Amino acid sequence: MNEFPSWGLYPKAQEQVFKNISSRFSKLPTSGLACLPRGLGRSYGDSCLNDHGLLIGTSYLNHFIDFDQNTGKIICESGVSFDEILKVVLPTGWFLPVTPGTKYVTVGGAIANDVHGKNHHRAGNFGHHVLKFELLKSSGERLICSRESNSDLFFATIGGLGLTGFITWAEFKLTKIQSSWIHQQQIQFNSLADFFSLSQESERDFEFTVSWVDCVNSKDIRGIFIRGNFGEIEKDRYRLHKEPGMKRVPFFLPKITLNSLSVRAFNELYYRKNLSSNKKNSIHYDPFFYPLDSIHHWNKIYGRRGFLQYQFVIPYKDDQGAALYEIFDILKKSQMGSFLAVLKTFGSIPSEGMLSFPKEGVTLALDFPNHGEKLLKVLSKCDEIVKSVQGAVYPAKDARMSKESFAAFYPRLSEFEKHIDPKFSSSFWRRVR
Amino acid sequence: MKKILIIGATSAIAQEVAKIYAQKKHELILWGRNAEMLNIISQDLKVRGSSALTIINHDLNDLTAHASKVDEIWSTHSKIDIVLLAHGVLGDPRKAEVNQQEMLHLLNSNFISHASLLTFISQKMVKQGYGTIAVISSVAGDRGKQSNYVYGSAKAGMTTFTDGLRNRLFSTGVHVVNLKLGPVDTPMTKDHKKTPLFGKAPSVGRGIVNAIEARKNTVYLPFFWRFIMMIIKSIPESIFKRLRL
Ligand SMILES: Cc1cc2nc3c(=O)[nH]c(=O)nc-3n(C[C@H](O)[C@H](O)[C@H](O)COP(=O)(O)OP(=O)(O)OC[C@H]3O[C@@H](n4cnc5c(N)ncnc54)[C@H](O)[C@@H]3O)c2cc1C
Repeated sequence: MNEFPSWGLYPKAQEQVFKNISSRFSKLPTSGLACLPRGLGRSYGDSCLNDHGLLIGTSYLNHFIDFDQNTGKIICESGVSFDEILKVVLPTGWFLPVTPGTKYVTVGGAIANDVHGKNHHRAGNFGHHVLKFELLKSSGERLICSRESNSDLFFATIGGLGLTGFITWAEFKLTKIQSSWIHQQQIQFNSLADFFSLSQESERDFEFTVSWVDCVNSKDIRGIFIRGNFGEIEKDRYRLHKEPGMKRVPFFLPKITLNSLSVRAFNELYYRKNLSSNKKNSIHYDPFFYPLDSIHHWNKIYGRRGFLQYQFVIPYKDDQGAALYEIFDILKKSQMGSFLAVLKTFGSIPSEGMLSFPKEGVTLALDFPNHGEKLLKVLSKCDEIVKSVQGAVYPAKDARMSKESFAAFYPRLSEFEKHIDPKFSSSFWRRVR
Repeated sequence: MKKILIIGATSAIAQEVAKIYAQKKHELILWGRNAEMLNIISQDLKVRGSSALTIINHDLNDLTAHASKVDEIWSTHSKIDIVLLAHGVLGDPRKAEVNQQEMLHLLNSNFISHASLLTFISQKMVKQGYGTIAVISSVAGDRGKQSNYVYGSAKAGMTTFTDGLRNRLFSTGVHVVNLKLGPVDTPMTKDHKKTPLFGKAPSVGRGIVNAIEARKNTVYLPFFWRFIMMIIKSIPESIFKRLRL
């Protein structure tokens, strides 16, 4: 039994040693093995795994250091989760500048993957809001990194997949909000062209945009476009999210529950349920940003064999989405099915990290039950298309891309490599290098 | 706004309790012996909302200092609403079976120092005429077993002492809570194999705050230990002594 799996439960890690660092002033634990920092393990594939290596846990680095309620600048240890940050800052009218689709990620993990959210077109990545952090090297050296000092290391560490050293604490800027509530609109669309024009129109007036798409059933791409802004609502103005209740997936569900027929039925159902073409309402930030957090360990619904995510970004302005159509086509023909297909456009704010994933274009994220070899083949085909249009696949969600693809997706690779800590490595890294 | 004294403030469970009180803007007095950790924790609690923080950095096993330290606290703060005794060590149970030093260290750190502190604290509380004293004990004190009877007997002493103190202070308006904890996933138990029975520090912390608020006498945390210990206590000794627990 592996106690420190990745979120997708695939691949399974071999013989990982785990040690917590006891405080931000401590030395890194040693064992002679290659080490890798570990947050909350919300990365899907093997970038948070370290076969035959040492994982350095950050769960005792859960302290705040400073928070200025006037400027929204906050300093905290790297193991503090977004969940905890919200509990502390929300009652004072502040929110995370960028957040992924779960609040159970750590600050260290958010920096190492330079995570993005529904506001990429406005706010860029999480890294854009980071002002500085301390990096502890395996040599024992401690470096304060920012855009001004040790800036190369700063930009290597943002999106650096935990390979440049250990982040002990970080300082970043929060965003002011008027309330906990988001005015949301849901709009149905029936073609990719509609999606692109909705995106373009919405990015002007809306902080948050995202779409749920059905890529199994329909001829063209259909889906629900969701956009929203934090509103000014007086009642329950700064209401916090609740502690997760007892809802959890207690055991692995048997294989049969997720065959392609049930996926098809689910997509159809979801689509029809949300069909009413123009819905407006106010929604609390918790279900808006973190719809899956209310079900603990939902990753187990895919059974023991686990599942794979596949997220890529490709430019679309020149080809009007022709490449995206091609990928959709491959997926549809493959009958691999995907429950959750999330489509969003990234804006033009350039990523700063040498290995950051986001770039201007359209990004699609898909979940697949682990169909084994068959699925791997299909995804490699998709990789080729992504490559041909200078796109990229997201390491935080990858368990299978090839060395060649990785090098093609990340042209600043050799610049990055100079900054890797000699004692650090990961299963992902050994696979793609 | 309440004033809360936390003794053994660097323990993971004490930190969880302190976070809850900090969020409610209460004033906290943290007593422990690791200056670096006390600083880390007090910064954290300030960010979380604590209205005032005092650090007392002194080894709790230095019994000779107890009287003066307790005096000092009450003369600076005049009244304290809640005192939580949270310090303790697991030690090396195998070593404690054969080594007098280790055995005395376990008794001192898990019972003698508490009893000594409570002797002074209870006088201050009686004088102020109200307040709650909460003591972290352990399910290990409910029945002696070969795997950790030295630690367990210190906790048993703690439990009896706490119960007696509650009885004595009842008429004074001061309440005493005995918190019997099962194993919790913390740095203290980092070398132990984690079973599903291990509690999580944040929820145990919430349980402690609730027990204090509700003026409970004895609580088991997590709650199911009440039933586990009921069964363990009911096994006849003639059988129990043969078990490898
Ligand atoms: C439901 C769900 C939705 C998601 N939605 C999004 C999304 O919308 N956008 C997005 O970008 N991502 C998304 N993700 C992915 C997630 O945001 C990232 O994988 C994130 O990095 C996970 O953080 P973690 O704390 O769990 O880190 P882990 O997964 O444990 O580690 C991630 C990386 O961070 C490194 N790391 C951790 N701590 C440190 C440290 N102290 N110093 C140096 N390196 C460190 C690790 O070595 C590893 O390389 C989602 C994940 C889930 C499960």
